[in-house]
Amino acid sequence: MALKTNTILICAGGGCISAGEESVKQAFERKLKEYGLDTVVSVVETGCMGACSLGPLAVIYPDGVYYQKLTPKAAEKIVEEHILKGRVVPEFLFEGEKEKLTIKEKPSTEIPFFAKQVKIALRNVGVIDPLSIEEYIARDGYFALHKALTQMTPEEVIKEIKDSGLRGRGGAGFPTGLKWELARQQKSDVKYMICNADEGDPGAFMDRSILEGDPHSIVEAMTIAGYAIGAQKGFVYVRAEYPLAIERLQKAIEMAHEYGFLGENIFGTGFSFDIEIRIGAGAFVCGEETALMHSIEGKRGQPRVKPPFPVQKGLWGKPTVINNVETLALVPPIILKGASWFRQYGTEKSPGTKVFALAGKIKNTGLVEVPMGITLRELLYDIGGGHPQGKQIKAVQTGGPSGGVIPAEFFDTPVDYESLGKLGAIMGSGGMIVLDEDDCMVDVAKFFLEFTVDESCGKCTPCREGTKVMYDILDRITKGEGTMEDIEKLEQLAQVIKDSSLCGLGQTAPNPVLSTLKYYRHEYEAHVKEGKCPAKKCKAFISYVIDSEKCVGCTACARVCPVNAIHGEVRKVHEIDQEACVRCGSCIEVCRFGAISKVTPAIVGSVTK
Amino acid sequence: MDRATLRNIIDELKSEQLEEQDILIYLLHKVQDYYQSHYIPPEVGEMIAEELNVPPSKVYEVLTFYTMFSTKPRGKYIIRVCTSLPCHVPGGREIVEYLKKKLGVNFGETTKDGLFTLEETGCLGLCGVSPVIMINDQYYGDLTVEKVEEIIESLKGGDAK
Repeated sequence: MALKTNTILICAGGGCISAGEESVKQAFERKLKEYGLDTVVSVVETGCMGACSLGPLAVIYPDGVYYQKLTPKAAEKIVEEHILKGRVVPEFLFEGEKEKLTIKEKPSTEIPFFAKQVKIALRNVGVIDPLSIEEYIARDGYFALHKALTQMTPEEVIKEIKDSGLRGRGGAGFPTGLKWELARQQKSDVKYMICNADEGDPGAFMDRSILEGDPHSIVEAMTIAGYAIGAQKGFVYVRAEYPLAIERLQKAIEMAHEYGFLGENIFGTGFSFDIEIRIGAGAFVCGEETALMHSIEGKRGQPRVKPPFPVQKGLWGKPTVINNVETLALVPPIILKGASWFRQYGTEKSPGTKVFALAGKIKNTGLVEVPMGITLRELLYDIGGGHPQGKQIKAVQTGGPSGGVIPAEFFDTPVDYESLGKLGAIMGSGGMIVLDEDDCMVDVAKFFLEFTVDESCGKCTPCREGTKVMYDILDRITKGEGTMEDIEKLEQLAQVIKDSSLCGLGQTAPNPVLSTLKYYRHEYEAHVKEGKCPAKKCKAFISYVIDSEKCVGCTACARVCPVNAIHGEVRKVHEIDQEACVRCGSCIEVCRFGAISKVTPAIVGSVTK
Repeated sequence: MDRATLRNIIDELKSEQLEEQDILIYLLHKVQDYYQSHYIPPEVGEMIAEELNVPPSKVYEVLTFYTMFSTKPRGKYIIRVCTSLPCHVPGGREIVEYLKKKLGVNFGETTKDGLFTLEETGCLGLCGVSPVIMINDQYYGDLTVEKVEEIIESLKGGDAK
């Protein structure tokens, strides 16, 4: 093998692929070949590097220079300049901060987006070629499995995980070690280990990134877990919406078999374990553990009453442990480096790190892994870079349809299970959707309820009917037909649904409504009492108006209006016919003079019923 | 699909999997992939029941529970639009409206030429590049109305991946 002078890591996470990663990679390879460099420079596709909004991304090693928003042309230039002549190409450098566009020698320590992160679950994601088992092994992969099987008893493995204080990263935060211990204590000839990769919370995509970027970590962790609880079979339940994750995981399982890390008599210890993939078919509720097991069994994915818990009676009635992807990804490092090493990060009750997915109105969207206990402010501003247009961030929504909103005044709260719970939000799976002043809280709540109505499996009445009634009320409010009694009814219903639903989906479904009511009741009341939508989002409460001082009569708006509601002569002030206007917003986008704006309440006579 | 083809698929699956009880969902995926119009005809559903030796009602209850399965023929391209909040916030609503207008169909409907079916989906986990759509197995992110138009036109031209 020829010695390599450079390695180009190119991010092949879902975000970068959709932004054209493949053609960039081909351009790199074509140009390298042209200069005869293809033998000394390797191009490696990695998992998600995290900064999805700046994709496609690439890093050139050994220099460690990050390039962003690549195109095939950019790739060619980087080969000609950087690889061939050793000159960094400034126009495609990763922007830490726009105004300080300097050459970053070591981006991982200098760019805040990378510097404040501690990567444990994501340790290999974006660093190695996910399809190469050798690269995984080179990063201490399968060392933990070897240690567990050859130097530790199952009880010792469980103790290490218990001591580490690891809690389930899927949302509820149940202690992982305790779950394993309970399963270990069950007397049964057959036990199962399941990895829950049915990631469905809107706004969360860490599990997907781990499966796509470091599938071997899941294979290794599941085998360790199987050894600890006494299972010989494992299942990974992946949603069908993640074809790339399925493909890479399948490949990883095959490779592990070839190397003897999976299958019969692993490492010659007599322990045997095998893993199979099961694919969902588009049902959010299958992320709930009892529904998930039903789906693996080939049935409708409907939850059942607990107890018995899965560790007592799980898949096909056998004791079963179900862990989420991110939780499992943390297991090998804990086994290898020890519980106290893990505990140096995070807080007393929430040790370790957590991966968050930043989305919505934030500059650096993507995946970040930080120690628990970091404040929301650090997370959103130092790492996330704040609002993309510098506007005020109004709130952040955590925990998806089971969670709630956290207003800006609480941004100094440390991020851990307990603190977020106290605010009426939840850690959830780690999705964070950033909202600004243009986002209406009633609309946000309605949005999540719509989601729950769609995804409710229909088994229990409170969830099936109750969420629908709540949705209808919210819909009425956003259309200008709500009353004050409606708001009270919302609160009552929310409580009933929380108390009486069968599974986690229903029990948490009212949270988005309750938390927006808690912090933004005035927005609900503005809709009902004053006919206003403070965020100017709900169409029933807004009108578009033209500022006669700013309008120059360019006719751009009149031409774009789909219903011909804008009238006026060339070079004269235009006017919007409020009766005809459908409030599509096209005119605002085309006006180059900032002459059109939204007002609330709507101009009288224009509210469409 | 005739019975022999179905049997072949079933045999293949049985050799792939450790457990046989749970073959149904995987089988339905395979059958659906077999048809270019991405669906499972009712008579094939009955055949599946006979071959797996389960009541037709069981096949049907599973078939209708999961949103990814269809008993009606769908388009060559299934466009799944993410309608979750992270896509809604940065302009997903406009994408939905545009697609409905451009294709002249609502969610769950197929265009007359049999090319496109428009469907809603939950979060696709690509929130970093929202709004996002998925067409068959391909993702498209950072969408604008112009980009969507380009994609649809190129698919109509037949140069889809």
